[in-house]
Amino acid sequence: MMRGITKRIGSIKFSCVSPDEIRRMSATKIITADTYDDEGYPIEMGLMDPHMGVIEPGLRCKTCGCKVDECPGHFGHIDLAMPVIHVGFIKDIKLMLESTCRNCGRIMLTAEQIESRRGDMSEMRDLGGGTIELKNFSKETAKDASNKGVCPYCGTEQIKIKLDKPTTFREVDDNHKLTPKEVRERLERIPDEDLKTLGMDPATCRPEWMVLTALAVPPVTVRPSITLDSGDRSEDDLTHKLVDVLRINQRLRENRDAGAPQLIVEDLWELLQYHVTTYFDNQTSGIPPARHRSGRPLKTLAQRLKGKEGRFRSNLSGKRVNFSARTVISPDPLLSINEVGVPFIAARELTVPVHVNEHNIGKLREIVARGPAPSMENGYRPGVNYVIRSDGRRIRVTDRNAEEVAENIDIDYTIERQLMDGDVVLFNRQPSLHRMSMMAHRVRIMDGRTFRFNLCDCPPYNADFDGDEMNLHVLQSDEARAEARILMQVQENILSPRYGGPIIGAIHDHITGAYFLTHDNPRFDRFEAMNILSKMQGIEIPKPMADDDGNEYWTGRQLFSIVLPNDFRTTFKANICQNCDVCTRENCPFDAYVKIRNGQLLCGTIDAKGIGNSKGKILDRIARDYGSDRAARFINEVTRLALGAIMNHGFSTGIGDEDIPEEAALQITNYNQECIGQVSDLVDSFQNGTLDQMPGRSLRETLEVRVMKVLGQARDEAGRVAGKHLGLSNPAVIMAKSGARGSMLNLSQMAGCVGQQAVRGERLARGYWNRTLPHFHKGDLGAYARGFCSNSYKTGLNPTEFFFHAMGGREGLVDTAVRTSRSGYMQRRLVSALEDLKLTSDGTVRNTVGTVIQFKYGEDGVDPSRTVRGKAIDLDDLFAEVLGDDADKLLGVDDRDIGDDYGSREKDEMEYTEEEEGEDYDDLDTDFEGGGE
Amino acid sequence: MLKHDLVPEHHLLSEEDAEKILSEMRMTRDQLPKIRNNDAGIKVLESIYGPIAEGRVVRIVRKSETAQEFVAYRLVTKG
Repeated sequence: MMRGITKRIGSIKFSCVSPDEIRRMSATKIITADTYDDEGYPIEMGLMDPHMGVIEPGLRCKTCGCKVDECPGHFGHIDLAMPVIHVGFIKDIKLMLESTCRNCGRIMLTAEQIESRRGDMSEMRDLGGGTIELKNFSKETAKDASNKGVCPYCGTEQIKIKLDKPTTFREVDDNHKLTPKEVRERLERIPDEDLKTLGMDPATCRPEWMVLTALAVPPVTVRPSITLDSGDRSEDDLTHKLVDVLRINQRLRENRDAGAPQLIVEDLWELLQYHVTTYFDNQTSGIPPARHRSGRPLKTLAQRLKGKEGRFRSNLSGKRVNFSARTVISPDPLLSINEVGVPFIAARELTVPVHVNEHNIGKLREIVARGPAPSMENGYRPGVNYVIRSDGRRIRVTDRNAEEVAENIDIDYTIERQLMDGDVVLFNRQPSLHRMSMMAHRVRIMDGRTFRFNLCDCPPYNADFDGDEMNLHVLQSDEARAEARILMQVQENILSPRYGGPIIGAIHDHITGAYFLTHDNPRFDRFEAMNILSKMQGIEIPKPMADDDGNEYWTGRQLFSIVLPNDFRTTFKANICQNCDVCTRENCPFDAYVKIRNGQLLCGTIDAKGIGNSKGKILDRIARDYGSDRAARFINEVTRLALGAIMNHGFSTGIGDEDIPEEAALQITNYNQECIGQVSDLVDSFQNGTLDQMPGRSLRETLEVRVMKVLGQARDEAGRVAGKHLGLSNPAVIMAKSGARGSMLNLSQMAGCVGQQAVRGERLARGYWNRTLPHFHKGDLGAYARGFCSNSYKTGLNPTEFFFHAMGGREGLVDTAVRTSRSGYMQRRLVSALEDLKLTSDGTVRNTVGTVIQFKYGEDGVDPSRTVRGKAIDLDDLFAEVLGDDADKLLGVDDRDIGDDYGSREKDEMEYTEEEEGEDYDDLDTDFEGGGE
Repeated sequence: MLKHDLVPEHHLLSEEDAEKILSEMRMTRDQLPKIRNNDAGIKVLESIYGPIAEGRVVRIVRKSETAQEFVAYRLVTKG
């Protein structure tokens, strides 16, 4: 790949083009509206004149003599019979007309005012005032100059000018219409010096150029015509519009020259104005859009650029790229978190350029000789699709010419080698909401047709395997590969910059597996232990223990300690911790006190708090203290270990897990009845007026609060009873308590009672007059009439309960739909505002101009992904390291509730609100998403 | 007004101080963030020091969640 000399662009200036320049750059003048003659050849001086470039292969451009794709295209021009106003500049023209004298053209400010304005402008420029500031300032100048009444120079009385949208000016007093010709004459009178005061540079832009006398005709390459299958030609929208302009222009000229009545000329003039206006922008307000014969509005110049499908947003900000692939994803727990499995079918198409030099030429010859599809007998081997010679010519490698091409390879050639194991690629899932949505992976070529990756990578991508697709991009240069490896590789993104905790970590079954491995320190005999460890590579198996009968065994803690660094130490409370009033620490009855010293798990259960994503304390520490390599190894090994453990144990759950004994069900029903009784008592006392009003609340509100409280208790009690009877060996309970999936709320809704349904945080109160459904009495404020579901999901809701439940559920769905669209737009605006900011090496945050936005990044210069839950240093941890085990006691660390990280706090808050509304629709949402994909 | 708890401290820098700080930070005046001279804070400073010309530099010391106290500079521009 040859690169020219790179030069730095100093500045870019946009300006108007003068009619003179339009004519000078024009390759031909266009006079006829016809495009092709009867034989299908383009007509000279017609809209498809071959001087304006070529679109048909084989023909040569009459201006530059180049063929298709070589000729850049050349502008032509139309001489307008009468001047017309350019809609794009209408505001500027109006401002200019208002601020200058209608007679002498001078700006209506006194000499001193002009002087001071000019001074201010140059000062603004010196102090780094941007283009926008200067523009606003000159606009102010113009505003000041208008509405003067009398010209300070020639004393002419001014007449107010009104703009009839979109392009007609009127003088207010006698409703006299200003023709474009008059407008142009006025603008011509403005002297150059006054233009500078108005913020224009007369050398590059005169105001009268905003009234067109010549129209530039874009090259045919900009508006190619399409030949349909039937042989008919179909012209581009722009060509259609230009035909209209030419036709009217012609008629106007003829009529004017023939001395037609003024009225007719004026009508034609206005028609010409309409066509030129719609040629620029077919969505100008105030005029009907020009339409195609079929009734479809034409897509003219402004429409080509504007909006989501416009040139800017869809072709410049977003492009289609080569060397990329997209397919369905599926899980593979045996891959490293840094890897991605790529199907070999895709790998054969994706290539990496390799430069040929004297050291690798032999090896590369061998690879090229294999051709584009080497045999798969000994597994996948990369072939070569293209060879690029040093002169830039591409040679396609086929099975036939492979040997020959391999022979001819020389130094400085580049070969496009197919993907192979270890290549660095970018992997991405939309919507790309944060930087972890696009990470670098190492390739592993595999069978099958899906991309595969480790399950721990699901949370950062927010991926699941219900049909999700993901994109893969192959990096093409050494710089890109190095940068991706150092900055974007998965292991470098374990700690999230959002809350300084791990975002990549064990999920679902990994957590359950770790729980089975460590909870209450089970014993495994040789057979079991080897089964659990069988998938792990390069590990040292600890010495087995022996029981009284001399049988050797390993403890779960021993096995887990294999994956910990040798000098690892930490202490924390596991997810299963019951938050007892007095912590018994090592003697915890629930085995929830985790203590690790010298890389040995001494006590406690490993669950979500230990290795889970966003909570995992062990993970957090390893990533921080031992580096990303070690953290990646830890996650890989924990994954395999935990899966070994869960497979050894066996694990499944079903609705039968929510079975509760009859007496428990009775207990729940009784308590529910009691609460419902309490509610009706409350309602009675409300109606008697004996209810005590709460401060700051109306009587009605007081009732609602009290009722909600009672019914909340009913659900909690049902949950408590259910939880008690389900027991800690119940798979569903294990998942909820260890933090693997689900919550106790989910369980109590299934086993105990669904609870109060709510819309907007209040009991249901809509539907019919004074009642929710016709099954109830008007004005019934009791529990059942206002959406309390005393049944559980398992026993089944009765019809009214079901309806209320659907009401609450609908709100959840509407909320998520509204939230996503709104937050998406918010994010778009935020990104557009921040996209050009960067952190410079001196610690300041600056924009592209170099203006300081923040004197120190985050005001403290700290990278949030290297913080401990948002704090730059963790003092407690430092003390613990220095003082050893005493530190915990001295500092009372574990008596303090440090709380979770931001990540889970946000999550908890969300869950909390949803719980308040009586529903957790999280899982339902994902299912709906899945269906749509 | 500057005494209010939520209003950060504003200090007008002398020309020499401003030059010194700019050279320390290796910045030119046009790279500084701006503050308008009709800003309430600048008006208070004007009541103490008299009129403040455009191009003067103001030091603002404010409380920061991450760094306790944070020093920023602003260039006075026309409002």
